[in-house]
Amino acid sequence: MTHRIEIQLKQEFTDADGQRVASDIRERLGCPIEKIRCIDVYSTDAELPRDDLEALAREFADPVAQRWSVDAPLASDFDWIVEVGFRPGVTDNAGRTATECARLVLGDRFPADGAWFAARQYLIAANLERAQVDRLTDELLCNDLIQRHRIVSAADFDAALGLPTEVPRVTDNAEPQVRTIDLEVSDDDLLQLSRDMMLALSLPEMQAIRAFYRRIDVQEIRAAKGLTPQPTDVEVEVFAQTWSEHCKHKIFNARIAYKENSDQPEPEIIDSIYKSYVKETTHQVRTRLGSEDYCLSVFQDNAGVWKFTDDWNLVFKAETHNSPSALDPYGGAMTGVVGVNRDALGTGQGAHLFCNTNVFCLADPFYDQELPPRLLHPRRVLEGVRAGVEHGGGKSGAPTVNGSLVFDERFLGKPLVFCGAGGLMPAVINDKPGHEKKANAGDRVLMVGGRIGKDGIHGATFSSEELHEGSPATTVQIGDPITQKRMVDFLLKARDEGLMSCLTDNGAGGLASSVGEMAEDSGGACIDLALAPLKYPGLHPWEIFVSEAQERMTAAVPPEHLPRFLSLAKEMAVEATDLGEYTEGPYLELHYEGRPVALFDMDFLHNGVPQMELEANWTPSDESPVDARTDAPPDEVLLRMLGRLDICSKEYWVRQYDHEVLGGSVVKPLCGAHDDGPSDAAVMRPLLDSMRGVAVSHGICPTYSDIDTYHMTACAVDEAMRNLVCVGADPTRVAALDNFCWCDPVKSPTNPDGDYKLAQLVRSAKALKDVCITYRMPLVSGKDSMKNDYAIGDTRISIPPTLLVSAVGQLDDVRVAVTMDAKQAGDLVYIVGTTHCDMGATQYFSMLGRKGGQVPRLRDPEGTYESYVWLHRAIKSRLVASCHDLSDGGLAVAVAETAFAGDLGLSVNLADVPAEGISCCEELLYAETPGRLLVTVSPASAAAFETLMKPYATRVGLVTEARQVVMRGLDGEVLIDADIAELKRAWRTPLLFQEVN
Amino acid sequence: MSLVRCIVLTGNGISSEMETAHACQLAGADEVQTVFLWDLASGKASLDAGQLLVLPGGFLDGDDLGAAHATAIRLRHTQVNGQSLFEQLQAFAARGGLMLGIGNGFQLMVKLGLLPALGDPLGTPQVALATNLSGRFEDRWVTLKADPESPCVFTRDIDQLELPVRHVAGRLIAPEDVLSQLQQQHLAPLLYAHPLTGDVADTHPHNPDGSALGMAALCDATGRLFGMMPHPEGFLHRTHHPRWTREERPEEGDGLAIFRNAISYIRDNM
Repeated sequence: MTHRIEIQLKQEFTDADGQRVASDIRERLGCPIEKIRCIDVYSTDAELPRDDLEALAREFADPVAQRWSVDAPLASDFDWIVEVGFRPGVTDNAGRTATECARLVLGDRFPADGAWFAARQYLIAANLERAQVDRLTDELLCNDLIQRHRIVSAADFDAALGLPTEVPRVTDNAEPQVRTIDLEVSDDDLLQLSRDMMLALSLPEMQAIRAFYRRIDVQEIRAAKGLTPQPTDVEVEVFAQTWSEHCKHKIFNARIAYKENSDQPEPEIIDSIYKSYVKETTHQVRTRLGSEDYCLSVFQDNAGVWKFTDDWNLVFKAETHNSPSALDPYGGAMTGVVGVNRDALGTGQGAHLFCNTNVFCLADPFYDQELPPRLLHPRRVLEGVRAGVEHGGGKSGAPTVNGSLVFDERFLGKPLVFCGAGGLMPAVINDKPGHEKKANAGDRVLMVGGRIGKDGIHGATFSSEELHEGSPATTVQIGDPITQKRMVDFLLKARDEGLMSCLTDNGAGGLASSVGEMAEDSGGACIDLALAPLKYPGLHPWEIFVSEAQERMTAAVPPEHLPRFLSLAKEMAVEATDLGEYTEGPYLELHYEGRPVALFDMDFLHNGVPQMELEANWTPSDESPVDARTDAPPDEVLLRMLGRLDICSKEYWVRQYDHEVLGGSVVKPLCGAHDDGPSDAAVMRPLLDSMRGVAVSHGICPTYSDIDTYHMTACAVDEAMRNLVCVGADPTRVAALDNFCWCDPVKSPTNPDGDYKLAQLVRSAKALKDVCITYRMPLVSGKDSMKNDYAIGDTRISIPPTLLVSAVGQLDDVRVAVTMDAKQAGDLVYIVGTTHCDMGATQYFSMLGRKGGQVPRLRDPEGTYESYVWLHRAIKSRLVASCHDLSDGGLAVAVAETAFAGDLGLSVNLADVPAEGISCCEELLYAETPGRLLVTVSPASAAAFETLMKPYATRVGLVTEARQVVMRGLDGEVLIDADIAELKRAWRTPLLFQEVN
Repeated sequence: MSLVRCIVLTGNGISSEMETAHACQLAGADEVQTVFLWDLASGKASLDAGQLLVLPGGFLDGDDLGAAHATAIRLRHTQVNGQSLFEQLQAFAARGGLMLGIGNGFQLMVKLGLLPALGDPLGTPQVALATNLSGRFEDRWVTLKADPESPCVFTRDIDQLELPVRHVAGRLIAPEDVLSQLQQQHLAPLLYAHPLTGDVADTHPHNPDGSALGMAALCDATGRLFGMMPHPEGFLHRTHHPRWTREERPEEGDGLAIFRNAISYIRDNM
């Protein structure tokens, strides 16, 4: 017998949730929806008397706002009813909370295995055909990968019984099994095996595993430990996981033969991009900084760690969650945020969060062509990832302070979802440096937080592949932020009590990764998988070990602290389970109910993967000059530029995040006279009793990759640094993170230009190293995601090579921070940096559909860096009223933004703008040469500013009372004379999505 | 004059405990203790020693089942030493303690019927905080006008405040008779207002959530129980204000006055 409780807002109150869904449907699908009202449905298969059900309904409903029913429908007054619930096994937060509440209310009367499941009904009042309802359900209300739905018309609705009650329990109670995998087969069959088991391992990798199991010493030890000569499925799956591109970064570590041009006789041999360019960069910067080196832990932990104050260290990590977000944007982005938050938490002995960041790369949300199979509409992706960050970030309790939206049609194939997390860690915890951790032999292996389910199996291997027809839905997860928040509270307390010697996240690869990595410290580990708590029965041992089910951390707890650790967990409503112990090794041993199921040689598991050998061949693009002039009226061009998706206001999106919680907000994402100007970077004061600040920014410019990834990268690094300088951060104390998202750079019959894409990667890495070293900017952490392609049928979509540079700076005193809005009429306008004819792949050329031209490039990194150091001195001396970077859309856009954010006019003479190689005003207005800033200075400070900034800053105009942007051309003629209200409207509206209620 | 002891609740999804405790300290509390909900539930901590209890913002129980709803169930049904946690809160109030709910903490007080507590007994919800009329979470700064005739001790001598709102469910709704009682008894101490005219705002963006009659906060008849959707702990220093880089402002933020009022009331009366 099943039961259901229905809850609905009383008719006299406006159903704002329903209204929003209705307005989304009207706006996105053009359906004539009159009204939508919602009903929340909770269903159970627990045997409960009616009195208990009614008691629960009274508890679940708000007595003022809502009405309820038990086993009877509330729905009335609709044309169509759509009910959407979860599929079995999908994280159902409202259902879980309802279950917890039912247990509190009913006590032992609620059965031990009883559960409630949540669903939502949409009562639609609209004159629609069934096909239209199918479409709006499919496109807006339900994602069939993780949800189920039922559609009934008013005519077919049973007013007495309502809709049938669905109880999505996992019923697949398979007997847990361990299989032996026969690797003594032909090479073809080995590859087939890799495909069938979704291992994503190559032939050389499969052969390396086979060769390992043939070794006599391996056979002997296996026999002695009671294991079969051939590997078990647990072992093969763990190899796949540990050796996945996602976990092992095989391409980044490959041996690459790189040719910069086709007549180069011998290729340059690069033995690991990661070692040669990323690690080497940091090494050289740290050497150069010498005694001033502020890095503490780079690349070895979940996140980078460096010094903030004598007592506190900064922690930062950025991750991508692209593949899951392609299938379910909401769950993908949400687990992206909560996942990266666990990374920051699980760094050193543990850190607490102070901010989140997020950057999304998407296709045009107004895309109106037919979608290739399995792809979601970009607008849906945008709304989904936005909501995922709203819930994942918000409920983690950290402000979302910085980010951007980047648009390119190729992100239709795979959206990019970058999530960053900043944390603070005490410099010393229990007399030990906070950033150091080590699992010791004898420590217990503790799994903490959520339970294990089949969700998230093969996530790491899946993200190491292109999106294809068989991409598994089990990789899609929804986060459970409250379970994680409770876990975070508990772990930080356990940290402060000194109960753990090591802590790490269960992210990609689950226990296999976390236990595997921590066992490297002590030498080995021995655990029993049957002890791990499961969401539901029926998981095989291999599934338990590799599941990526969220909200879990693994800790190493010295045995003497185990009782306190377990009792503290219980007090704080957190599940913690002792799975076994860390040993001296050299093996990682897995049991299931006491029987051995896997044995790993730690050295082979971590170092046995054969190095890939790849070719990279670069072909330069044509960068010959292209005429930039246009006949269109200059005012109109500027208006159109301001309305471009990459340039226009993102206020709609920013306001739906909490960017102020934790009380440290200093420079918010929106600033200026009307709180709507686009800030260059965020500034926070994470220690509330101190004025010391942290600034967070990023740089990203994937369209430049169409011409040259070297310059794309140099511009991204520069943009990240420049944004920090704009708000007042000290350029000599910046740390950066690199997140590479590439299209498949391995040449194959289906990917014929893989060698070019790899050359793009090599060039990008070279620029990263060159500029970061010049900028004295160590890379403290990073990640790469290499298979951002879509291939179904004849359609192949590869994303443009994308590098996100996240940068974190510091301010001695936040009270010197500067925002980008013009402050006062009469202030003087300066430009820092020289404009070149860098028109290739710019917003302006892209708007006009022009190809070619020179890609924006950083010509003099050392000189540019010097200009930042001097500008920082000027800001610190409080000589600067506003500062804004010139990036997308160049000078004209920066001038307009500075003006309307300050609700003032700006008058600029282009003839005064320092430039080289410029032939027309359009180039001066819209070139995207990096290294440039627009600064306003009060007349009182002008002399001092000019003295400090003499070689770098040039006076070009004035802030005016008249609310007009006036730009005079090279011959002194008035080129642009536009009302700032009009400019602002053009900039503010494209992505506002505001249907006024 | 007595020592002022504040208790700031945390755990189970609360996220603003740090800056809320900081606000209490800045306002001059002698002792600020951050207490986990779990420690109240196990009896390891109690409210006995406190005079001001602050319920900070966050997402209690993830706001599943509705904002703060599940935690309200938790407090009513968790027994400690023969008393539910809710009864502990009632006893705290009956003893004359001050209670301040902010954002999610306000939602909790409303769900528990601690606010507005018209008539007897304490514990029957009389208003609700529904999804914002926009259907959206929103972070924006608003202007608030204080009702000078309100019995609220937290808003004494306050005329106008600028504070951030950061919520998805702050639309105050209630039956008409309840709304008119709230008005008559001046139990809505802070109203959303137009920043230039000071008039009560009934539409977005100045009334960010669509609250009836612009009501942004509620107190009980004693004035000692008080809850508000805007975040006073979000404006303690001038650098919190979104326009601090362009406007002259006092060093101290508007929100501190709320905490100062509570603490001076305790010093004078308890």
